[in-house]
Amino acid sequence: MILKVDPDLGSALLAPRFLDAGEAALVVQFGDTVDPAINDRVLALDAVLRGDPPAGTREFVPTYRSLMIHYDPLRIDRDTLVAVVRRYTASAAEWRGEAATWTLPCCYDPALAEDIDEAAQILGLTRDEAAALHGKATYRVYMCGFAPGQPYLGGVPEALVISRRPTPRPPHAAGAVLIGGGLCVVAPFAMPTGWYVIGRTPERLYAAERKDAFLIQAGDYLRFNPIDLATFCDLEQRVASGEIVARKSAA
Amino acid sequence: MMVAASGAIIRVLSAGPGTTLQDAGRHGYLRYGVTAAGPMDSLAHATANLAVGNPAGSTALEVSVGGIDVTAESGSLRVAIAGGEFALSLDGRPLPPAVALNLEDGAVLKIRGGRSGSWCYLAVAGRLVVPEVLGSHATHTRTGFGGVDGRAIVAGDRLGIERSGSSKPSMGAIVAPWLDRPLNVIRVVLGPQHDYFADDQITAFLAGPWFVSAKRDRMAYFLEGPRLTHARGYNIVSDGIAMGAIQVPGDGRPIVLMADRQSTGGYPKIATVIGPDLGRLAQARPGAMFRFEAVSIAQAVAARREEAALLARGIVVEPLVRMHFTSEFLLGLNLIDGVVASTPSDSLHD
Repeated sequence: MILKVDPDLGSALLAPRFLDAGEAALVVQFGDTVDPAINDRVLALDAVLRGDPPAGTREFVPTYRSLMIHYDPLRIDRDTLVAVVRRYTASAAEWRGEAATWTLPCCYDPALAEDIDEAAQILGLTRDEAAALHGKATYRVYMCGFAPGQPYLGGVPEALVISRRPTPRPPHAAGAVLIGGGLCVVAPFAMPTGWYVIGRTPERLYAAERKDAFLIQAGDYLRFNPIDLATFCDLEQRVASGEIVARKSAA
Repeated sequence: MMVAASGAIIRVLSAGPGTTLQDAGRHGYLRYGVTAAGPMDSLAHATANLAVGNPAGSTALEVSVGGIDVTAESGSLRVAIAGGEFALSLDGRPLPPAVALNLEDGAVLKIRGGRSGSWCYLAVAGRLVVPEVLGSHATHTRTGFGGVDGRAIVAGDRLGIERSGSSKPSMGAIVAPWLDRPLNVIRVVLGPQHDYFADDQITAFLAGPWFVSAKRDRMAYFLEGPRLTHARGYNIVSDGIAMGAIQVPGDGRPIVLMADRQSTGGYPKIATVIGPDLGRLAQARPGAMFRFEAVSIAQAVAARREEAALLARGIVVEPLVRMHFTSEFLLGLNLIDGVVASTPSDSLHD
């Protein structure tokens, strides 16, 4: 499950780094690797800040290894904010969320998995080997970002760790399953990307009219169920009629 | 689109690409990957809104250099235009580039990309009647959120207005010298990932010179200039992105992430444009040259405070008495009509 634990940051007790993203956003960084223990600290800080937001803070954005705090610097200054966060992180409890395990249908046919041959060639694998490796793993949802309802996944097998493209490629279709930089995402919206499209799911991870507009939460687990092109087309129609074809079970 | 049964309507006669409805942004959903959107130039957006007596963050049309022609239907509307130095006319008569006026039933207001600037804002006194998506009218076309069906404004769109307050009788030039902003120097706070670059690359980044590329939109402005090299590779574990973040992908060409940016991303961000300089950069046209200057958080906050103080003083509108006078003549008038504005919110930027 754990990819690469930085030996210096493996301990969950180290103080975070504070980085500035301009004068109105503070990054509280607990490490620079994909590590469930680091992500737990991010989610713990997020939970405690959301429970009692300091005046002048605007939004908290949890990511793999850091929490971005958007704030109004005319209402709270950086030093005050850092002091509040230090106090919380010194005593932050473990994150206890309600994690679920999702199974998402995924088609690896090159008709939909536009870059699977290119990625497999770079990785020294056959198309089928790449698909099988990707379809067998269990992934942790570390965060959502980039597009509405888009989960970022850790747990990509070592053999599928591929560098991002030097420059982005043209937009992929909605539902694209992408790998890049040792990570995996499922993209609910068509977007340009620097990653490789190696599959597509018929499920909609964001649907405005659905009661739960956002299907998957940070902290959940995710598996892919490989399907062929015909099954994809069938499921896509069922999704269009409002059905949720992903399966959810308690973790 | 459907409009309210009563009240005046803005009807779009023609529209170039890239005009959208924008309020102060869709805030609170970055954690689900939902982009805030909002104005590219929040100072100009606020100026136009305040000039018609609206709160600073009200929904207004953000007009691109593609331009737009509109008319009023079923009544007259109080409108204000401010932003870049666009070419405006009312029933064929030229207007100053920042102006407040009554748009009478059937009158045609033309807005065209003029001498400089990339965006201008058409604010209407009252409230534009469009559905909210996650609490906001801000349009994000890539995900189809907000505005009119999540898309840019097109010919034939009819926008209903719920009016509040009374109309001012006169036409007037908006006195907003703060919208006359030379590009020259764009201030940044270094980081959050400037430690992914060696010192000589930081020096090269600050020295430039940089040129705004033709490749730019509400999501990102690509820059042309020295190629930057990374000291520690260009893959980072994806983290949050603030508006104005300058990411450097593998090809070493910086990209400034703007209002429609994604909420998170995985290229190192060498620096972040300070809030008060975002609108200035947004207004730059392709080919414009500038350099970056690194400032401290304290300096950036001071600049924000100055900007907030400017707007807090209110917007002055100078009357244009006779419509057949040339805009040059009218601009020379020095009659103070009075203060129209209300007090803006604490700070314009995210």
